[in-house]
Amino acid sequence: MLKLEKRPQPSQAWIYLAPLVAVIATMIAGGALFAILGKDPLVAIRTIFYDPLFSEFAFFYRPQLLVKGAPLVLIAIGLSLGFRAGIWNIGAEGQYIVGALTGAGVGLAFYPLEGWFIFPLMVMAGALGGWAWAMIPAVLKVRFGTNEILVSLMLVYVAEQLLASMALGLMKNPQGFGFPGSRNLQQYPSAHNAELIAGSGMHWGVVAALIAVIFAYVLLTRHILGFHIRLTGEAPRAARFAGVNPARLVLICLGLAGALAGLAGMFEVSGPAGRVSIDFNVGYGFTAIIVAFLGRLHPVGILLAGLLMALTYIGGEIAQSRLGLPAAAIQMFQGMLLFFLLAVDVLTNYRLRLARREVA
Amino acid sequence: MDLSSINLVLLLASLMVAATPLLLAAIGELVVERAGVLNLGVEGMMITGAICGFAISVNTGNPLLGVVAAALGGAALALVFAALTQLALANQVASGLGLTLFGLGLSALIGQGYQGVRPPSFPRLSIPGLSDLPVVGRILFSHDLMVYFGLLVVAAVWFMLKYTRAGLILRAVGENHDAAHALGYKVKRIRIMAILFGGACAGMGGAYISLIRVPQWTEGMTAGIGWIALALVVFASWKPWRVLLGAYLFGGVTVIQLNLQAAGVAIPVEYLAMSPYLITILVLVIMSADKSKAPASLGRIFHASR
Repeated sequence: MLKLEKRPQPSQAWIYLAPLVAVIATMIAGGALFAILGKDPLVAIRTIFYDPLFSEFAFFYRPQLLVKGAPLVLIAIGLSLGFRAGIWNIGAEGQYIVGALTGAGVGLAFYPLEGWFIFPLMVMAGALGGWAWAMIPAVLKVRFGTNEILVSLMLVYVAEQLLASMALGLMKNPQGFGFPGSRNLQQYPSAHNAELIAGSGMHWGVVAALIAVIFAYVLLTRHILGFHIRLTGEAPRAARFAGVNPARLVLICLGLAGALAGLAGMFEVSGPAGRVSIDFNVGYGFTAIIVAFLGRLHPVGILLAGLLMALTYIGGEIAQSRLGLPAAAIQMFQGMLLFFLLAVDVLTNYRLRLARREVA
Repeated sequence: MDLSSINLVLLLASLMVAATPLLLAAIGELVVERAGVLNLGVEGMMITGAICGFAISVNTGNPLLGVVAAALGGAALALVFAALTQLALANQVASGLGLTLFGLGLSALIGQGYQGVRPPSFPRLSIPGLSDLPVVGRILFSHDLMVYFGLLVVAAVWFMLKYTRAGLILRAVGENHDAAHALGYKVKRIRIMAILFGGACAGMGGAYISLIRVPQWTEGMTAGIGWIALALVVFASWKPWRVLLGAYLFGGVTVIQLNLQAAGVAIPVEYLAMSPYLITILVLVIMSADKSKAPASLGRIFHASR
């Protein structure tokens, strides 16, 4: 019989190996899933992981990698800070929506005025909106000890209703012939988050994501706040004795995560999506949780994990149109990835040993 | 606006119907949490149960068989959670979230061919004298069988936790797993059984939505009820009868909100639809002042070193 034995120190090798093993295991299990659905597993896996990058139409898909990866990385970086300190913000989807609403709201308020200052104001509004939405669970946790997991999640549903109300009411395009949805910000140059290099998919959100990665890396490795975050997660009691203020940490971690998620929403609504519509949110806030874990809560890891996850989104879309693979299969595929990662992760902290049967 | 269109008898009757999925999911999660495990995957298990139950009852034409299938489906998903958290010692919060994401995908995948299909109707209680009573009969004695089954489960859980040896052991494991282990109880085995029970209950709660309450299949149709069930356990301070009270309160809010929408109140529909979630937050804030009721080992990983 196998028995787990705690390692004195986490295995360095498995920290890096676990995500790779998890990805390979997911490909195998996913292949089996696709086979059950009656698709050739090898073709399906190739369509998802290989074709977006190297097939003859790859020039069309490659920019999408940045477009889809940027919000995932931005949100996941924010989430990872909290996750490291044991603060579970799982309502990033709501913060993303509210950031998009406030960002787009500022832009729409200026329409049809043109000016260089409009886009920066929208960026600030987006970050503030996400921050404010995240402050609700943060303040309730600090003030009343309310569970931030449940509150932040409930606020996702509230934000979705808010989005619907805005798309159908306040932000509806007055020249839209009564159809729901706002004006298209892509046709409003001062508010448009345009591609910086044509055809590359590179927009301001990608730049912000890269800055966030560097910022988080410096914060976690070089700054006392990052040290406090890590300390609180790994040894809460020691952190208290070291004088870490847990309330302050909750406010900072949730606030940063909210602001980054809000930014992601704002860059999405002013760029790739273009308008506030009922089905604006596509679950980036939830997928980002998987990205954060797959990236080992490390900024560089998150960058890579975000790109991989973006790949599965794009590959999933291709597989949908070319192989008739249902969209839900990809969602399930992503969930499986998290399962395998969590399962393999046991080897980082524990060693497998053969043990005799228990006597008692 | 026409408030007179709201019929109080129908309102109370539909309150019991609206509360049942919440009740089932929350009572299952209560047992899981009393055993010291925090399973955040209730939403995923509910939606999986919803589609399993729906698919089986449509294919067999037997709604009761559907409910059994829903329980099995929910428990199967819970088994994944049990393996991750009890055998692979994974973080319970992350595993639960993964369960929800996975369950939403899985259910959408299974449910592809079932959109727009009507499930077979569910048998209703009909006691000749009682069900025909003017008001009370309509409110209390003419529901489908699952409503009463939910009440029965709450009573059974209450009795089990309070008066039986099994309940005592379950609580011991949840309060102090090291002590329970030292006494020779199989902490992991007990927790796995509790997790499976929670999954089965959540699955049946989901099936209630897709088979009886709506009754139809749409993707993501549980719409956060699993999360509200989690909040309900906190609201109930981990006590079975308070789960019942809480479920009826939330059921009431949902029903009143829907009735106000139908009556055309001046408040926009979206803001009315927000209300159950906002009230959940409010209740959480009020109840979270006192943390002492939570099982002491809740969410902690157990690993026997010796």
